[in-house]
Amino acid sequence: MLISVTVNGQERTADVEPRTLLCYLVRDELSLTGTHVGCDTTSCGACTVLLDGVPVKSCTVLAVQVDGQELMTVEGLEQAGDLHPLQKGFWESHGLQCGFCTPGMLMTTYALLERNPDPTEDEIRRAISGNLCRCTGYQNIVKAVQYAAPLVREKREAAREVAR
Amino acid sequence: MFPNAFEYQSPTSLDEAVALLVEHGYEAKILAGGQSLLPMMKLRVAAPTVLVDLGRVPGLDARTENDRELSLGAMTRHASLEWDEDLWARYPLLRETAAWIADPLVRNRGTMAGSLAHADPAADWGAALLALHGSVTVDGPNGSRRVGADDFFVDVFTTRLEPDEVLTAVHIPRPEHDVFATHLKLERKVGDFAVVAVSLQVEIDGDGRIRRPGIGLAGVGPTSLHATAAASLLEGQPLSLELIREAAAKASAATDPASDRRGSADFKRDMVRLFVERGLRSIESRFDEGRRRSA
Ligand SMILES: Cc1cc2nc3c(=O)[nH]c(=O)nc-3n(C[C@H](O)[C@H](O)[C@H](O)COP(=O)(O)OP(=O)(O)OC[C@H]3O[C@@H](n4cnc5c(N)ncnc54)[C@H](O)[C@@H]3O)c2cc1C
Ligand code: FES
Ligand code: FES
Repeated sequence: MLISVTVNGQERTADVEPRTLLCYLVRDELSLTGTHVGCDTTSCGACTVLLDGVPVKSCTVLAVQVDGQELMTVEGLEQAGDLHPLQKGFWESHGLQCGFCTPGMLMTTYALLERNPDPTEDEIRRAISGNLCRCTGYQNIVKAVQYAAPLVREKREAAREVAR
Repeated sequence: MFPNAFEYQSPTSLDEAVALLVEHGYEAKILAGGQSLLPMMKLRVAAPTVLVDLGRVPGLDARTENDRELSLGAMTRHASLEWDEDLWARYPLLRETAAWIADPLVRNRGTMAGSLAHADPAADWGAALLALHGSVTVDGPNGSRRVGADDFFVDVFTTRLEPDEVLTAVHIPRPEHDVFATHLKLERKVGDFAVVAVSLQVEIDGDGRIRRPGIGLAGVGPTSLHATAAASLLEGQPLSLELIREAAAKASAATDPASDRRGSADFKRDMVRLFVERGLRSIESRFDEGRRRSA
């Protein structure tokens, strides 16, 4: 089946079998291997991508279901060589060790900050409760998000200024 | 892991969806949020040869409310019930329950109707719909019908739905008095199905008497259960510790749990008693506090 999707702002088409999972469309057909496949059983969240802005487990969505929709993967975070505040936060706060969960964590927390740019620690922990990390103990992931939140708010303010 | 090969259909009207189900019978499966069906297909526990995706049928995410009830279209996702503040005051059990289901990522895809149709006896929505005295609309080749929650669940993973029928909407009666609700759940880890869950809703009238009580139970029988004997004890009474304890014991006696890796039957029965008591006591104290504040 021929499908077309917008991925990180770019229109892409692919010919997929109906049983192709979204994560394999992204990794194998679109060659965006930043999205990881961990458990393959809807448990770990390593495969999280944004579908029309909403974080979902891409190992549990069919590629054909997203025909015509908008995808954002971890590769879409960096803009013109500039790391997203969350990426800076994970770097500065040591929010990763092996890094396997990180793409999923980034996409989930990106969606969180889009919806709520000033989350409490509890809200951050709840938001990432579907993303498992076997290394960090989550502490520094929470700190990374707390590092990024004010930067995201500043960016928003600045964008608003420009719009005025 | 990937599923067996299948034919993918994405109808753009309900009639077309029903026609596809009629044509393919037991070979076809409806795909809603896919958060139960796709994992099962990947494990090859399910291997339908045709998938009928409801994702492009217009109107299935509709929400309407009149003075009698709230109606939620079949594609209403768990997350929208968790986050829609508009519903919290009148339908608090929706949010209380949604927030307990799976994890935030699964909640962004999975649907309430899909969960009800799937009819896992440990599912949270089954217990909640019973506590809410809800009902569902079912559409098929012979038209549309309503099925009450008490009549909907037949056995493990089995409902009144025929293979050529679509559950198109879920209905919840609008409360007539102050409404109090809570969902209590014992899970082994975040996002797991319930070992035991209890969904509670009561209305309390101006005289402090309970109206339309509902006690739904998950994980303690072959289907979601409604503890009707316990609920009818509460009807028309003011909440008291004695009454709460009596209702909790009655609810526990209505269960039929199995001993498994999640716990023994005795333990689960006891958890039902504890949860009903704990839930009703928290409702009682919220009610008392509200009264004190308005006095
Ligand atoms: C990791 C994980 C944890 C979970 N934890 C919980 C939990 O704690 N509590 C809980 O209650 N659930 C839990 N679930 C299940 C989740 O709630 C599912 O979303 C839900 O059971 C199914 O809804 P769906 O929309 O995804 O349905 P699908 O997976 O698309 O379909 C499920 C079944 O219902 C049928 N169906 C779907 N929609 C309709 C319809 N409108 N009419 C007729 N038939 C239909 C399908 O044909 C299929 O047989 C969990 C799932 C996962 C993956
Ligand atoms: S790979 Fe998708 S949830 Fe683990
Ligand atoms: S950094 Fe290794 S799993 Fe999270």
